[in-house]
Amino acid sequence: MADSANAPKPSSSVKLVLLGEAAVGKSSLVLRFVNNDFQENKEPTIGAAFLTQKCNLPTRTIKFEIWDTAGQERFASLAPMYYRNAQAALVVYDLTKPTSLVKAKHWVAELQRQASPGIVIALVGNKLDLTNDGAGSGAAESGDDSGDARKITTEEAKTYAEEEGLLFFETSAKTGYNVTEVFTAIANAIPETSLKSARGPGASHAAGRTEEQRVNLNGPRDPNAKEGCAC
Amino acid sequence: MVPDADAGSSGSNANDLQAPPPLPPRRMLSTERGTLQVTPAQSTPTTAVSSVDISTLSFPDGSRGTFTTSAMRAVSTPINTGSGRVSPSLGPPSGDLAESMSVMSFAPTMKPAGDLASLVAGGLNRKSRAWQLLRSQSATVQPFQTRDTGMGSGLTGFEREFDNIPDITVQGTTDDDRVALWKSKLKHYMILSSAGKPIYSRHGDLSLINSSMGVVQTIISFYEGAKDPLMGFTAGNTRFVVATEGPLYFVAISKLGESDSQLRSQLDALYMQILSTLTLPTLKNIFVHRPSTDLRKPLEGTESLLSSLADSFTKGSPSALLGALECLRLRKSQRHSINNAFLKMRNDKLLYGLIVAGGKLVSVIRPRKHSLHPSDLQLIFNMLFESGGVKAGGGENWIPLCLPAFNNRGYLYMYVSFFDGNPESNSAEPVQDRSDSEDEIAIILISADKESFYDLKEIRDKVAQQLSKNGSLTIIKAAAAGGRPKIPAIAAGAQISHFLYKSRANVQFCMSSLEPAFGGSGDDEPAKMVARRKLMSLYHQLHASMHAKHTHLKVLHCVGEDAASLAWITPIFELYCVAGPNISRQVMTQGANKIIQWAKKEEERLFIIGGGVF
Ligand SMILES: Nc1nc2c(ncn2[C@@H]2O[C@H](COP(=O)(O)OP(=O)(O)OP(=O)(O)O)[C@@H](O)[C@H]2O)c(=O)[nH]1
Ligand SMILES: [Mg+2]
Repeated sequence: MADSANAPKPSSSVKLVLLGEAAVGKSSLVLRFVNNDFQENKEPTIGAAFLTQKCNLPTRTIKFEIWDTAGQERFASLAPMYYRNAQAALVVYDLTKPTSLVKAKHWVAELQRQASPGIVIALVGNKLDLTNDGAGSGAAESGDDSGDARKITTEEAKTYAEEEGLLFFETSAKTGYNVTEVFTAIANAIPETSLKSARGPGASHAAGRTEEQRVNLNGPRDPNAKEGCAC
Repeated sequence: MVPDADAGSSGSNANDLQAPPPLPPRRMLSTERGTLQVTPAQSTPTTAVSSVDISTLSFPDGSRGTFTTSAMRAVSTPINTGSGRVSPSLGPPSGDLAESMSVMSFAPTMKPAGDLASLVAGGLNRKSRAWQLLRSQSATVQPFQTRDTGMGSGLTGFEREFDNIPDITVQGTTDDDRVALWKSKLKHYMILSSAGKPIYSRHGDLSLINSSMGVVQTIISFYEGAKDPLMGFTAGNTRFVVATEGPLYFVAISKLGESDSQLRSQLDALYMQILSTLTLPTLKNIFVHRPSTDLRKPLEGTESLLSSLADSFTKGSPSALLGALECLRLRKSQRHSINNAFLKMRNDKLLYGLIVAGGKLVSVIRPRKHSLHPSDLQLIFNMLFESGGVKAGGGENWIPLCLPAFNNRGYLYMYVSFFDGNPESNSAEPVQDRSDSEDEIAIILISADKESFYDLKEIRDKVAQQLSKNGSLTIIKAAAAGGRPKIPAIAAGAQISHFLYKSRANVQFCMSSLEPAFGGSGDDEPAKMVARRKLMSLYHQLHASMHAKHTHLKVLHCVGEDAASLAWITPIFELYCVAGPNISRQVMTQGANKIIQWAKKEEERLFIIGGGVF
């Protein structure tokens, strides 16, 4: 019955990098997206972590190759290595922490200056659950009186995002609110032309694992695949 | 918080042994480090002299039995230099002993321990029949099972040692409560800059410890002005050890009874962690330009690594104590085929490659001209297996780090990914969703090129595929799940409860399973943690006695109220074993001999000899 749905869809990989101040929730967003999980006291990332996750769109499958970078200052000099060939970037701030938006703006500027010209950038305000309009119940957990830890208004961030031509979302890695939406929006925003096919047109297995091993066995992947397409 | 200290300091000239009485003896720091210092080989065993206290036990029938009791030191004391024996240190207060019903008298004396041959002969301490009878009845008593005399063990509150001190915002806690909690900790580590800026403290937040740091800095700098740096001092039952490394002061405060040199090597490991984060030139630069710099910012995120190192010392780490690594026990041919697969798949970006299962080394490949230093591996293992950061992160990791023993001037880049630890699954894919499992397998690839992530990932993928195909992965998982060897399988009937065996040439060690008495899970985990610390404290004492300067101790046998222990050192190995208090010296020595024979026979399974070299 699922035959038509499983018919080989074009599949392509997209290199995505997460940037942002320490402790804004980059790793938590990735953990939510990849494993649908959340950890209350997540330890800071050291260096960077590399993860993959698929995103199924109606017309194609996007395989995200995600670089979750460390936000701590001392790792900042390594960042260019991760965004250099990235097709997408998620710049994250904590909407309860004003300095984190300042930092996010720096990252956006650096990306616009140094990254590939076509890079799709999403600005993400995380920890929405700590605010009054937190997903679901709407009740914040931290305060009693105002109950709102929000320090950065939606308008402020949204206006900035529009000016710079960024996608914009407010999320909660904790509740999962809007997390998949961010990645789906990015997947949709990647221009067709910048997508390279991850494998030749003949292959029809959808299973990622076999696919990856096959690719690795064949050594350098992209040149072959592309030539196959061009014929 | 520094109590009135009977402070002593030792001179900058380490060779001057003529210290005035109140000062602790000085130690030669240069030779304290490293693990390869081999004592002069002697073909015949020397008759070792040790501090063994003899206690006499009276029986209802009027006969008396004597037994030796180890001098349990409440406070770690600097080990005597210049004398061929261990200092007869502070025994437990006699008040405690009077309460303990079986011990009638307590007469500290010196007694030669004899060489091993004569120990086996067993003629040394013949006892009355009643004593033999009594002993045979209770020979199966496990170590540390005598009713805790509370004060005696010095471990009161150890179950809560690692609990956080609530911060000021937590309702209902006053500052006094917090200070009391802080003082109740048995072990503290502090790092501060020579300008007195706090950098790190294992317990308590800045508001709590700021004044203590100030006091510590004042004391240290007072002695520094006198050109006679403070090395350590004792206050009550607490030992303070100070290490100065360039612009940084490291302080260990311990009620656990380690020796000064043991505490010093713990402080050294913390310093290595800081270098690993920053590199030496960066650290120097920071303070050259601004001596008052707050180092916490550049070290951000390193606290959890420092704390997991500190906690492993406080829990008692055989690896740190022996300065050696533990390997996964595998057949020689199995290890060989893993090494070969690894060697075949390497490319020229690779500097070091390691496979590690459950914190134990499975395989190492390295260039001929470089070997890996245990202290560097300790940092890597701590980061990957003790501290949660990398493990919980998921996916594959790319981590810049400095390995100070390899080169403290620059960074290397470490690729890390974990295999699925589940023995049923046979996936060679990097795990993205990791559960906490004892037998997780990690592959660690180190390169000097920061751009080489994809090159190293390629090695990983190929090695993983190969290991999965040829069944090695299953073998590794099974070996890791099998756990450490159990003593009945090694030395049947030996009644030894636990041992550590270090192969000196390989700088590796193996030990018997900690379960059930000292480890494993269960509802009595706090009790096990305490039992394990008692075991480790005993090992630390044995180790300190055996490695005291100018002692050429080969064998040391101690019997205490709650455990008997034996240490035996040759140029080839160091063996430490612990048994219940009633085990006879003869049985203990036989057991030790069996362990040695086993280790010799199994050497190529227990240890990585050479590793894969390219
Ligand atoms: N309440 C709330 N807490 C969050 C959320 N996302 C992350 N956190 C918490 O914020 C802390 C930091 O999260 P991380 O995901 O480690 O942050 P990071 O950006 O990856 O930090 P670095 O790796 O140091 O750069 C953790 O304690 C998380 O549990 C969220 O949406 N809501
Ligand atoms: Mg992170």
